[in-house]
Amino acid sequence: MSMGMKQPFEKVVEQHGGTVLRVCRVLLGVHDAQDAWSETFLAALRTYPDLPDDANAEAWLVTIAHRKAIDVLRARKRQPAPVGDVPDVPNGLGIPGAEDGDLWQAVKALPDKQRQAVAYHYVAGLAYAEIAGILGGTTDAARRAAADGIKNLRKNYPGATTEGAPA
Amino acid sequence: MNISPDYFASPADPGTLSRLRHRLGLAAEAEGLLDVAYTTIDSPLGPLLLAATPKGLVRVAYDVEDHDRVLDTLSQRLSPRVLRAPRRLEAAARELDEYFSRQRRVFDLPLDLSLSKGFRQLVQRHLPDIGYGQTRTYRQVAELVGNPQAVRAVGTACATNPLPVVVPCHRVLRADGTPGGYVGGPGAKKALLSLEAAA
Repeated sequence: MSMGMKQPFEKVVEQHGGTVLRVCRVLLGVHDAQDAWSETFLAALRTYPDLPDDANAEAWLVTIAHRKAIDVLRARKRQPAPVGDVPDVPNGLGIPGAEDGDLWQAVKALPDKQRQAVAYHYVAGLAYAEIAGILGGTTDAARRAAADGIKNLRKNYPGATTEGAPA
Repeated sequence: MNISPDYFASPADPGTLSRLRHRLGLAAEAEGLLDVAYTTIDSPLGPLLLAATPKGLVRVAYDVEDHDRVLDTLSQRLSPRVLRAPRRLEAAARELDEYFSRQRRVFDLPLDLSLSKGFRQLVQRHLPDIGYGQTRTYRQVAELVGNPQAVRAVGTACATNPLPVVVPCHRVLRADGTPGGYVGGPGAKKALLSLEAAA
């Protein structure tokens, strides 16, 4: 791709579709992740022509996913989820087995901001400054939210480590 | 077990993503956001890229043109809202299939010639006047469009035809009867001419 040129949107989907799906999963669980993905990319397609050529496409997409996930969470609070709303296909994730359900419970139990910071840093690989831009607040607050989130995950799901995560 | 991108991945992701991408193409079409839809089809002349705007078929590209580069150009010149969405290309794909199996002589498709301007577009609009199995020289086409001096410009118009095969620039030959250049390569031009001659 030459400099200063916007690539076809299909390439954006190809490059970032997987990451956005994983981010949506952490934010919302398996059940709502696919709808959030669809809404994110449709909204992104709408405004794509206005995105500056040198923008970080992944941070931009995660920002949209963040807003879409907030909409879903708000809708859920208005209409409480049925009891036992655990991801319905736990075996489709990472390491198969019963323990997956425990990790998802631990992720779900995090305060919103910690879960978001974990998703944006450890799953999307965004820098804390970018995450601060999404969450509002300072870079330090974003770093702290991610660290607290990981600490809580470790406490509630002792198998969790952060090895291999971006520095 | 790491809290890393991989952990939240699933072996089912490729299938899930291809389903989601398909759904995105349909939703984009329904919302009027699909400025350029494309697909690739197999043909006797190798894979062909087909792209269409809401107005009609806008680009047919041979493999030698490099489909990624063609898509970059469409993104730049038409709109970056480009998605692989085969549905809009179904009629074009079917008619090309029929053409290559000698069951179709005339394409009946809405065309979008917006990638060409001025004299080039004028020439491309007239190329379908050359019937199936017939040929014209560059000079004859120049006369056909009412500008007999513009032989060289007709050559350029043929060379920059965004819709090869469908807009039959392959039916325009040099005055000495040799095929002349072709966007799909000289072999492709000969193959199309003999396909039509054999019918």
